[in-house]
Amino acid sequence: MDETRRGFLRAAGFTLLGASCASSLGACARALAGDPDPEALQAKRWAMIVDLPRCLQKEGCRACIDACHRAHNVPALPDPRREVKWLWKEPYEHAFAVEEREAEYGSAALKGKHVLVLCNHCDNPPCVRVCPTGATWKRPDGVVMMDEHRCIGCRYCVVGCPYGSRSFNWQDPRPFVQQVNEEFPTRTRGVVEKCNFCVDRLARGLMPACVEACRQVGPAAIGFGDLGDERSALAGTLRSRFSIRRKPHLGTSPQVFYIV
Amino acid sequence: MYDGGKIIFGLVLFVGAVTFPAWYSLARGGKAAPPELVLPKNEKQCVESREYIRSRHMELLNEWRDSVVREGNGVYTSRAHGTRHPMKLTGTCLRCHSDRTQFCDRCHGYLAVAPYCWDCHVTPKGKP
Repeated sequence: MDETRRGFLRAAGFTLLGASCASSLGACARALAGDPDPEALQAKRWAMIVDLPRCLQKEGCRACIDACHRAHNVPALPDPRREVKWLWKEPYEHAFAVEEREAEYGSAALKGKHVLVLCNHCDNPPCVRVCPTGATWKRPDGVVMMDEHRCIGCRYCVVGCPYGSRSFNWQDPRPFVQQVNEEFPTRTRGVVEKCNFCVDRLARGLMPACVEACRQVGPAAIGFGDLGDERSALAGTLRSRFSIRRKPHLGTSPQVFYIV
Repeated sequence: MYDGGKIIFGLVLFVGAVTFPAWYSLARGGKAAPPELVLPKNEKQCVESREYIRSRHMELLNEWRDSVVREGNGVYTSRAHGTRHPMKLTGTCLRCHSDRTQFCDRCHGYLAVAPYCWDCHVTPKGKP
Protein backbone atom coordinates (compact mmCIF):
# COMPACT_ATOMS: atom_id res chain seq x y z
CA MET A 1 0.00 0.00 0.00
CA ASP A 2 1.76 3.14 -1.16
CA GLU A 3 -1.46 5.15 -1.02
CA THR A 4 -0.82 8.67 0.18
CA ARG A 5 -3.40 10.68 2.02
CA ARG A 6 -3.42 13.23 -0.82
CA GLY A 7 -3.94 10.53 -3.43
CA PHE A 8 -6.82 9.04 -1.47
CA LEU A 9 -8.54 12.38 -1.00
CA ARG A 10 -8.15 13.21 -4.68
CA ALA A 11 -9.69 9.90 -5.72
CA ALA A 12 -12.52 10.34 -3.24
CA GLY A 13 -13.19 13.84 -4.55
CA PHE A 14 -13.35 12.69 -8.17
CA THR A 15 -15.63 9.81 -7.23
CA LEU A 16 -18.04 12.16 -5.48
CA LEU A 17 -17.96 14.60 -8.40
CA GLY A 18 -18.63 11.79 -10.84
CA ALA A 19 -21.49 10.44 -8.75
CA SER A 20 -23.16 13.85 -8.45
CA CYS A 21 -22.80 14.48 -12.21
CA ALA A 22 -24.26 11.08 -12.99
CA SER A 23 -27.23 11.57 -10.68
CA SER A 24 -28.02 15.05 -12.03
CA LEU A 25 -27.74 13.74 -15.59
CA GLY A 26 -30.07 10.94 -14.62
CA ALA A 27 -32.54 13.45 -13.22
CA CYS A 28 -32.47 15.38 -16.50
CA ALA A 29 -33.00 12.22 -18.51
CA ARG A 30 -35.98 11.39 -16.32
CA ALA A 31 -37.80 14.66 -17.09
CA LEU A 32 -41.31 13.62 -17.96
CA ALA A 33 -42.50 14.08 -21.50
CA GLY A 34 -45.83 15.75 -20.83
CA ASP A 35 -47.44 19.08 -21.67
CA PRO A 36 -50.50 20.69 -20.14
CA ASP A 37 -53.69 20.82 -22.16
CA PRO A 38 -53.85 24.30 -23.75
CA GLU A 39 -57.46 24.51 -22.55
CA ALA A 40 -56.44 23.98 -18.91
CA LEU A 41 -57.48 26.59 -16.34
CA GLN A 42 -54.53 27.97 -14.43
CA ALA A 43 -54.16 30.08 -11.31
CA LYS A 44 -51.63 31.29 -8.81
CA ARG A 45 -53.81 30.13 -5.92
CA TRP A 46 -57.10 28.33 -6.34
CA ALA A 47 -59.65 29.10 -3.66
CA MET A 48 -63.37 28.67 -3.05
CA ILE A 49 -66.16 30.75 -1.54
CA VAL A 50 -69.39 29.29 -0.21
CA ASP A 51 -72.13 31.89 0.10
CA LEU A 52 -74.13 30.36 2.95
CA PRO A 53 -77.28 32.57 2.83
CA ARG A 54 -77.53 31.91 -0.88
CA CYS A 55 -76.91 28.19 -0.37
CA LEU A 56 -79.71 28.12 2.21
CA GLN A 57 -82.17 29.54 -0.32
CA LYS A 58 -82.48 25.95 -1.41
CA GLU A 59 -82.24 24.22 1.91
CA GLY A 60 -81.72 20.48 1.63
CA CYS A 61 -80.42 20.74 -1.93
CA ARG A 62 -77.79 18.14 -2.76
CA ALA A 63 -77.01 19.06 -6.36
CA CYS A 64 -73.35 19.89 -5.70
CA ILE A 65 -72.74 16.81 -3.55
CA ASP A 66 -74.35 14.49 -6.07
CA ALA A 67 -72.44 16.06 -8.97
CA CYS A 68 -69.15 15.77 -7.09
CA HIS A 69 -69.67 12.20 -6.03
CA ARG A 70 -70.85 11.19 -9.51
CA ALA A 71 -67.88 12.82 -11.19
CA HIS A 72 -65.36 11.15 -8.92
CA ASN A 73 -66.92 7.75 -8.33
CA VAL A 74 -67.34 8.36 -4.62
CA PRO A 75 -69.02 5.28 -3.15
CA ALA A 76 -72.18 5.43 -1.07
CA LEU A 77 -71.30 3.13 1.81
CA PRO A 78 -74.19 2.42 4.17
CA ASP A 79 -72.03 2.03 7.29
CA PRO A 80 -71.28 5.54 8.65
CA ARG A 81 -68.02 4.31 10.15
CA ARG A 82 -66.79 3.41 6.67
CA GLU A 83 -68.28 6.40 4.91
CA VAL A 84 -66.32 8.01 2.08
CA LYS A 85 -67.07 11.67 1.34
CA TRP A 86 -65.55 14.50 -0.64
CA LEU A 87 -68.22 17.14 -0.23
CA TRP A 88 -70.91 16.95 2.43
CA LYS A 89 -73.02 18.96 4.87
CA GLU A 90 -72.31 19.45 8.52
CA PRO A 91 -74.34 21.35 11.17
CA TYR A 92 -73.09 24.93 11.44
CA GLU A 93 -72.12 24.38 15.08
CA HIS A 94 -69.93 21.41 14.09
CA ALA A 95 -68.30 23.04 11.12
CA PHE A 96 -67.27 26.20 12.96
CA ALA A 97 -65.71 26.61 16.39
CA VAL A 98 -67.43 28.78 19.01
CA GLU A 99 -65.10 31.75 18.55
CA GLU A 100 -65.62 31.77 14.80
CA ARG A 101 -69.38 31.83 15.28
CA GLU A 102 -69.23 34.60 17.87
CA ALA A 103 -67.16 36.76 15.55
CA GLU A 104 -70.20 37.35 13.42
CA TYR A 105 -73.47 39.03 14.45
CA GLY A 106 -75.67 37.53 11.78
CA SER A 107 -74.85 33.95 12.66
CA ALA A 108 -78.20 33.50 14.41
CA ALA A 109 -79.69 32.88 10.98
CA LEU A 110 -77.35 29.95 10.54
CA LYS A 111 -78.09 28.32 13.86
CA GLY A 112 -78.98 24.66 13.38
CA LYS A 113 -78.51 24.89 9.63
CA HIS A 114 -76.32 22.62 7.57
CA VAL A 115 -73.29 24.05 5.82
CA LEU A 116 -71.27 22.67 2.98
CA VAL A 117 -67.84 21.35 3.97
CA LEU A 118 -64.97 19.88 2.00
CA CYS A 119 -61.18 19.77 1.96
CA ASN A 120 -59.96 23.30 2.67
CA HIS A 121 -56.86 22.98 0.49
CA CYS A 122 -54.89 24.66 3.26
CA ASP A 123 -51.90 26.83 2.59
CA ASN A 124 -50.16 25.06 5.45
CA PRO A 125 -51.66 21.58 5.21
CA PRO A 126 -50.97 19.34 8.21
CA CYS A 127 -51.88 16.25 6.19
CA VAL A 128 -48.97 16.93 3.84
CA ARG A 129 -46.56 17.38 6.70
CA VAL A 130 -47.40 14.01 8.25
CA CYS A 131 -47.57 11.91 5.08
CA PRO A 132 -44.56 9.58 5.15
CA THR A 133 -44.57 8.71 1.44
CA GLY A 134 -45.26 11.99 -0.31
CA ALA A 135 -48.60 10.62 -1.46
CA THR A 136 -50.21 13.92 -0.59
CA TRP A 137 -48.65 17.26 -1.42
CA LYS A 138 -49.47 20.84 -2.29
CA ARG A 139 -49.31 21.82 -5.93
CA PRO A 140 -47.83 25.20 -6.91
CA ASP A 141 -51.39 26.43 -7.59
CA GLY A 142 -52.38 25.57 -4.00
CA VAL A 143 -54.40 22.41 -4.58
CA VAL A 144 -53.64 19.78 -1.96
CA MET A 145 -53.35 16.68 -4.09
CA MET A 146 -53.69 13.06 -3.25
CA ASP A 147 -51.80 10.39 -5.20
CA GLU A 148 -53.48 7.10 -4.39
CA HIS A 149 -50.68 5.27 -6.23
CA ARG A 150 -48.28 6.19 -3.45
CA CYS A 151 -50.67 5.94 -0.50
CA ILE A 152 -49.79 3.14 1.89
CA GLY A 153 -52.93 3.57 3.98
CA CYS A 154 -51.22 4.60 7.21
CA ARG A 155 -53.97 7.20 7.86
CA TYR A 156 -51.62 9.75 9.45
CA CYS A 157 -53.24 12.36 7.19
CA VAL A 158 -56.71 11.37 8.39
CA VAL A 159 -55.54 12.06 11.93
CA GLY A 160 -53.62 15.18 10.90
CA CYS A 161 -56.53 16.87 9.14
CA PRO A 162 -58.49 19.01 11.64
CA TYR A 163 -61.52 19.16 9.33
CA GLY A 164 -62.25 15.45 8.88
CA SER A 165 -61.89 15.96 5.16
CA ARG A 166 -60.19 12.67 4.48
CA SER A 167 -61.81 9.27 4.16
CA PHE A 168 -60.19 5.88 4.30
CA ASN A 169 -61.27 2.98 2.12
CA TRP A 170 -61.85 0.14 4.55
CA GLN A 171 -63.16 -2.05 1.77
CA ASP A 172 -63.28 -2.21 -2.02
CA PRO A 173 -65.47 0.79 -2.86
CA ARG A 174 -66.35 -0.13 -6.44
CA PRO A 175 -69.47 -2.20 -5.70
CA PHE A 176 -70.87 0.85 -3.92
CA VAL A 177 -70.36 3.28 -6.78
CA GLN A 178 -73.84 3.55 -8.23
CA GLN A 179 -72.94 4.72 -11.68
CA VAL A 180 -69.27 4.46 -12.59
CA ASN A 181 -67.86 7.46 -14.45
CA GLU A 182 -65.37 5.89 -16.83
CA GLU A 183 -63.41 9.13 -17.10
CA PHE A 184 -62.22 8.89 -13.50
CA PRO A 185 -60.76 5.96 -11.59
CA THR A 186 -62.40 4.47 -8.55
CA ARG A 187 -60.22 3.83 -5.51
CA THR A 188 -59.12 0.57 -3.96
CA ARG A 189 -59.15 -0.87 -0.46
CA GLY A 190 -56.49 0.64 1.80
CA VAL A 191 -56.06 4.15 0.37
CA VAL A 192 -57.16 7.56 1.60
CA GLU A 193 -59.14 9.95 -0.59
CA LYS A 194 -60.57 13.45 -0.47
CA CYS A 195 -61.73 16.40 -2.58
CA ASN A 196 -59.18 17.29 -5.26
CA PHE A 197 -60.63 20.71 -6.22
CA CYS A 198 -61.51 18.97 -9.49
CA VAL A 199 -57.97 19.16 -10.88
CA ASP A 200 -59.07 16.61 -13.46
CA ARG A 201 -61.72 19.06 -14.69
CA LEU A 202 -59.49 22.16 -14.40
CA ALA A 203 -56.96 20.34 -16.60
CA ARG A 204 -59.67 20.12 -19.28
CA GLY A 205 -60.73 23.73 -18.92
CA LEU A 206 -63.83 23.05 -16.80
CA MET A 207 -64.86 24.55 -13.48
CA PRO A 208 -65.31 22.19 -10.51
CA ALA A 209 -68.34 19.91 -10.70
CA CYS A 210 -69.96 21.38 -7.56
CA VAL A 211 -69.63 24.96 -8.83
CA GLU A 212 -71.19 24.02 -12.15
CA ALA A 213 -74.01 21.99 -10.54
CA CYS A 214 -74.88 24.81 -8.11
CA ARG A 215 -75.05 27.31 -10.95
CA GLN A 216 -77.34 24.99 -12.90
CA VAL A 217 -79.86 24.56 -10.11
CA GLY A 218 -80.00 28.28 -9.43
CA PRO A 219 -78.34 29.80 -6.39
CA ALA A 220 -74.74 29.83 -7.71
CA ALA A 221 -73.67 29.82 -4.09
CA ILE A 222 -70.23 28.33 -4.73
CA GLY A 223 -67.52 30.53 -6.19
CA PHE A 224 -64.17 29.32 -7.42
CA GLY A 225 -61.26 31.35 -8.63
CA ASP A 226 -57.75 32.66 -8.31
CA LEU A 227 -56.95 34.24 -4.97
CA GLY A 228 -53.52 35.19 -6.29
CA ASP A 229 -55.08 37.44 -8.93
CA GLU A 230 -56.41 40.70 -7.46
CA ARG A 231 -58.72 41.27 -10.41
CA SER A 232 -60.42 37.88 -10.13
CA ALA A 233 -64.10 37.78 -9.17
CA LEU A 234 -63.24 35.67 -6.15
CA ALA A 235 -60.70 38.16 -4.80
CA GLY A 236 -63.23 40.98 -5.35
CA THR A 237 -65.97 39.17 -3.44
CA LEU A 238 -63.61 38.47 -0.56
CA ARG A 239 -62.69 42.18 -0.39
CA SER A 240 -66.27 43.35 -0.35
CA ARG A 241 -68.04 40.71 1.77
CA PHE A 242 -67.46 39.49 5.28
CA SER A 243 -66.26 35.90 5.30
CA ILE A 244 -65.07 33.36 7.82
CA ARG A 245 -62.97 30.24 7.57
CA ARG A 246 -62.99 26.98 9.46
CA LYS A 247 -60.59 26.89 12.43
CA PRO A 248 -58.06 29.43 11.14
CA HIS A 249 -56.56 29.64 14.64
CA LEU A 250 -54.94 26.26 14.02
CA GLY A 251 -52.60 27.92 11.55
CA THR A 252 -53.57 25.78 8.58
CA SER A 253 -54.69 28.79 6.50
CA PRO A 254 -57.73 27.15 4.91
CA GLN A 255 -58.63 28.36 1.42
CA VAL A 256 -62.36 27.72 1.50
CA PHE A 257 -64.14 30.91 2.58
CA TYR A 258 -67.68 31.16 3.92
CA ILE A 259 -69.88 34.21 3.49
CA VAL A 260 -72.20 34.24 6.53
CA MET B 1 -26.39 -50.08 0.47
CA TYR B 2 -29.54 -51.17 2.19
CA ASP B 3 -32.68 -50.98 0.11
CA GLY B 4 -30.68 -49.70 -2.86
CA GLY B 5 -33.35 -50.60 -5.35
CA LYS B 6 -36.05 -48.70 -3.49
CA ILE B 7 -33.84 -45.65 -3.06
CA ILE B 8 -32.86 -45.53 -6.72
CA PHE B 9 -36.46 -46.10 -7.77
CA GLY B 10 -37.56 -43.29 -5.47
CA LEU B 11 -34.87 -40.96 -6.81
CA VAL B 12 -35.83 -41.69 -10.41
CA LEU B 13 -39.46 -41.03 -9.53
CA PHE B 14 -38.56 -37.76 -7.80
CA VAL B 15 -36.40 -36.46 -10.67
CA GLY B 16 -39.09 -37.47 -13.12
CA ALA B 17 -41.77 -35.61 -11.19
CA VAL B 18 -39.65 -32.47 -10.74
CA THR B 19 -38.74 -32.30 -14.41
CA PHE B 20 -42.23 -33.16 -15.55
CA PRO B 21 -43.07 -29.67 -16.90
CA ALA B 22 -39.98 -29.82 -19.13
CA TRP B 23 -40.81 -33.32 -20.40
CA TYR B 24 -44.40 -32.45 -20.93
CA SER B 25 -43.76 -29.36 -22.99
CA LEU B 26 -41.06 -31.15 -25.01
CA ALA B 27 -43.49 -33.93 -25.73
CA ARG B 28 -46.08 -31.38 -26.84
CA GLY B 29 -43.63 -29.96 -29.38
CA GLY B 30 -41.43 -27.41 -27.69
CA LYS B 31 -42.86 -24.01 -26.81
CA ALA B 32 -46.17 -23.20 -25.25
CA ALA B 33 -48.51 -21.43 -27.64
CA PRO B 34 -47.87 -17.67 -27.55
CA PRO B 35 -50.82 -15.50 -26.57
CA GLU B 36 -53.17 -14.57 -29.37
CA LEU B 37 -53.97 -10.90 -29.34
CA VAL B 38 -57.06 -9.38 -30.87
CA LEU B 39 -55.89 -6.16 -32.46
CA PRO B 40 -58.17 -3.19 -33.02
CA LYS B 41 -59.73 -3.16 -36.46
CA ASN B 42 -59.93 0.50 -37.30
CA GLU B 43 -56.64 1.70 -35.85
CA LYS B 44 -53.26 0.69 -37.22
CA GLN B 45 -50.87 2.84 -35.23
CA CYS B 46 -50.21 2.93 -31.49
CA VAL B 47 -48.84 5.99 -29.67
CA GLU B 48 -45.32 4.61 -30.09
CA SER B 49 -43.71 1.93 -32.25
CA ARG B 50 -44.91 -1.61 -31.77
CA GLU B 51 -41.52 -2.78 -30.42
CA TYR B 52 -41.37 0.04 -27.88
CA ILE B 53 -44.90 -0.54 -26.67
CA ARG B 54 -44.38 -4.28 -26.50
CA SER B 55 -41.32 -4.11 -24.31
CA ARG B 56 -41.76 -0.84 -22.41
CA HIS B 57 -45.46 0.06 -22.18
CA MET B 58 -45.29 -0.34 -18.41
CA GLU B 59 -42.57 2.31 -18.18
CA LEU B 60 -44.56 4.59 -20.46
CA LEU B 61 -47.66 4.17 -18.29
CA ASN B 62 -45.66 4.94 -15.15
CA GLU B 63 -44.33 8.05 -16.85
CA TRP B 64 -47.87 9.08 -17.80
CA ARG B 65 -49.07 8.48 -14.26
CA ASP B 66 -46.33 10.67 -12.78
CA SER B 67 -46.81 13.37 -15.38
CA VAL B 68 -50.57 13.59 -14.93
CA VAL B 69 -50.82 13.12 -11.18
CA ARG B 70 -47.67 14.76 -9.94
CA GLU B 71 -47.17 17.50 -12.52
CA GLY B 72 -50.64 18.03 -13.92
CA ASN B 73 -49.44 17.65 -17.51
CA GLY B 74 -51.81 15.40 -19.39
CA VAL B 75 -50.85 15.65 -23.06
CA TYR B 76 -48.32 13.25 -24.53
CA THR B 77 -46.35 13.88 -27.70
CA SER B 78 -45.36 10.64 -29.38
CA ARG B 79 -41.61 10.24 -29.82
CA ALA B 80 -42.08 8.03 -32.87
CA HIS B 81 -44.92 9.77 -34.70
CA GLY B 82 -45.08 13.28 -33.21
CA THR B 83 -48.82 12.90 -32.64
CA ARG B 84 -50.45 14.21 -29.47
CA HIS B 85 -52.51 12.04 -27.15
CA PRO B 86 -54.23 12.46 -23.80
CA MET B 87 -52.31 10.51 -21.15
CA LYS B 88 -55.21 8.32 -20.20
CA LEU B 89 -55.49 4.59 -19.82
CA THR B 90 -59.22 4.72 -20.48
CA GLY B 91 -59.25 7.47 -23.10
CA THR B 92 -56.20 6.37 -25.07
CA CYS B 93 -55.16 2.71 -24.60
CA LEU B 94 -58.61 1.33 -23.95
CA ARG B 95 -60.26 3.42 -26.65
CA CYS B 96 -58.70 1.07 -29.22
CA HIS B 97 -58.13 -2.03 -27.09
CA SER B 98 -61.62 -1.82 -25.74
CA ASP B 99 -61.78 -5.35 -24.37
CA ARG B 100 -58.87 -5.95 -22.08
CA THR B 101 -59.59 -9.68 -21.82
CA GLN B 102 -58.78 -9.89 -25.54
CA PHE B 103 -55.56 -7.93 -25.27
CA CYS B 104 -53.95 -6.90 -21.97
CA ASP B 105 -54.92 -9.98 -20.03
CA ARG B 106 -53.68 -12.39 -22.71
CA CYS B 107 -50.02 -11.40 -22.35
CA HIS B 108 -50.24 -10.71 -18.65
CA GLY B 109 -51.72 -14.15 -18.12
CA TYR B 110 -49.10 -15.80 -20.34
CA LEU B 111 -46.31 -14.16 -18.36
CA ALA B 112 -48.08 -14.60 -15.00
CA VAL B 113 -47.92 -10.90 -14.12
CA ALA B 114 -50.81 -9.29 -12.32
CA PRO B 115 -50.69 -5.49 -12.62
CA TYR B 116 -53.14 -3.83 -10.25
CA CYS B 117 -54.10 -0.97 -12.59
CA TRP B 118 -57.63 -2.36 -12.84
CA ASP B 119 -58.23 -2.25 -9.10
CA CYS B 120 -58.98 1.43 -9.61
CA HIS B 121 -58.93 2.26 -13.31
CA VAL B 122 -62.17 1.46 -15.00
CA THR B 123 -62.46 -0.65 -18.13
CA PRO B 124 -65.02 0.60 -20.64
CA LYS B 125 -68.65 -0.21 -20.17
CA GLY B 126 -69.95 -3.72 -20.60
CA LYS B 127 -66.50 -5.20 -20.16
CA PRO B 128 -65.31 -6.97 -17.02
